Amino acid sequence: MKSITRQKPFDEIKEELEGLDRIYIIGCGTCATMTRTGGREEVLDMKDHLQEVGKMVTGWTVIPTACDEMTEVALRENNGAIQNANCILVMSCALGVHKVNSYIDKPVIPALDTLFIGIEDEPGNFHEVCAQCGQCVLGQTAGICPLTACHKGLLNGPCGGTNNGKCEVDKEKDCAWTLIYQRLEAQGRLNLMRKYQPIKNYQVVPRPRVTKIV
Amino acid sequence: MATSFRDALNSGKFVITSEIGPPKGTNLEKMYHHIDLLKDKVDAMNVTDHQSSVMRFPSIGGCLAIKEHGGEPILQMTCRDRNRLALQAELLLAYTRGIRNVLCLTGDAVPVGDHKEAKGVFDLDSVQLLRTIRQLESGKDLGENDLDGAVEFCAGAIVTPEATPIAPQLVKFEKKIEAGAEFFQTQAIYDLDNFGKFMQYARQFPVKVLAGIVLLVSARMAKYMTENVPGIFVPQNLIDELVAAPKGEVLNKGIEIAGRMIAALKNDSTCDGVHVMAIGREEVVPDILAAAGL
Ligand code: SF4
Ligand code: SF4
Repeated sequence: MKSITRQKPFDEIKEELEGLDRIYIIGCGTCATMTRTGGREEVLDMKDHLQEVGKMVTGWTVIPTACDEMTEVALRENNGAIQNANCILVMSCALGVHKVNSYIDKPVIPALDTLFIGIEDEPGNFHEVCAQCGQCVLGQTAGICPLTACHKGLLNGPCGGTNNGKCEVDKEKDCAWTLIYQRLEAQGRLNLMRKYQPIKNYQVVPRPRVTKIV
Repeated sequence: MATSFRDALNSGKFVITSEIGPPKGTNLEKMYHHIDLLKDKVDAMNVTDHQSSVMRFPSIGGCLAIKEHGGEPILQMTCRDRNRLALQAELLLAYTRGIRNVLCLTGDAVPVGDHKEAKGVFDLDSVQLLRTIRQLESGKDLGENDLDGAVEFCAGAIVTPEATPIAPQLVKFEKKIEAGAEFFQTQAIYDLDNFGKFMQYARQFPVKVLAGIVLLVSARMAKYMTENVPGIFVPQNLIDELVAAPKGEVLNKGIEIAGRMIAALKNDSTCDGVHVMAIGREEVVPDILAAAGL
């Protein structure tokens, strides 16, 4: 699993940092490094950029995995430089932003936009595979998720927009339901597609979503 | 219109429907004009529902206008803009106002329209919307709660006989029939042999099929649709005919082609009727019907 991110336009970051002149930067050694949005190199680039516009960078670190427990330890180790700053700029996905936010009272500003949870099919190519719907239908759709791979999240087959197996919204993207049909056919399981899929429960775990493992 | 659309479908006659595109704005004059022009010439008029995801006056508003003017409306309903509560509520409203026909569609994708950043809803899909209608008819809503007064609709859907690949579309076509679709309007068809093959397959099901006839207004439009609109294929000989038409006569050629196709479908009893779409040129629909000898 990877959290796929994209760096915000620098102007937007600058705007969010208005009035906050001493900045501590946190990157992430896992997903954001892989997507080249918040690894060591990008953190150093950000540091230069901020300094160019007259900001002071009190320090920086790249936490191995910004969303896990070790983040607290890393923050404690860098406490001096963090205390010296008046805000934290986080170059990880929003999970890391949340984690940092839960340990620090100072303003925590995201430098990245979190796009989706996806996997890398070819180097540098990421695609969303699951929208965490809470009621998985992959067993009936040949392992292709109709909620994420189909633009409209349709459950009972393709819309009329399919064109030569591509999706109505983008000639470069495959139509999920064409793929589902082909894979089910190859598996000899087309009967699954013929079966009516009932209306989906969009409140399996109502938001805010929480769960307790006992 | 004395007979209901369902009666027309079951009468065995060659059924004709047409389309009304509501305005972008509150000036309804043109829409009223089109309604008055067509209401006695066709068996029913569809009102599009933010066609191509372009925000307009609503389908139900157009249907009410058709009722007021004495015509028979078909309410187009897409799943793009409303969740299950809003869709059911609109069906209740439609029924109480005498609208008896609904065409269930998935709806075009949001990014093809003029509000590209909007949230696409798609809480239901077209198959589920058809089942929703049948559920409301049983006196219960989707939450299994009792209704104080149920609905009754002649429900239809669409099918794209020229889609590639066609097999996945046909699975959905059959699911729509199982879900209660009584009639189908097709995406535009131009190749009558291909369409004949589709009809041979479709004839095994107890549904009425109205062939989609989209008026060709220029060779450029024909080429554009073939290249860009999913499931539309205009054969070269029709494009050649449009190209060969003298200047100023291209629209008449398009009318002649549409009329000729309708006449052929009727004479060969290929399907149960036609759905004529003259996108933006509704005023020539009577000419198309005249060219078809209707
Ligand atoms: S159906 Fe799709 S979104 Fe839902 S859990 Fe399965 S993969 Fe995830
Ligand atoms: S073309 Fe295929 S993937 Fe795209 S919205 Fe339609 S069914 Fe979904």
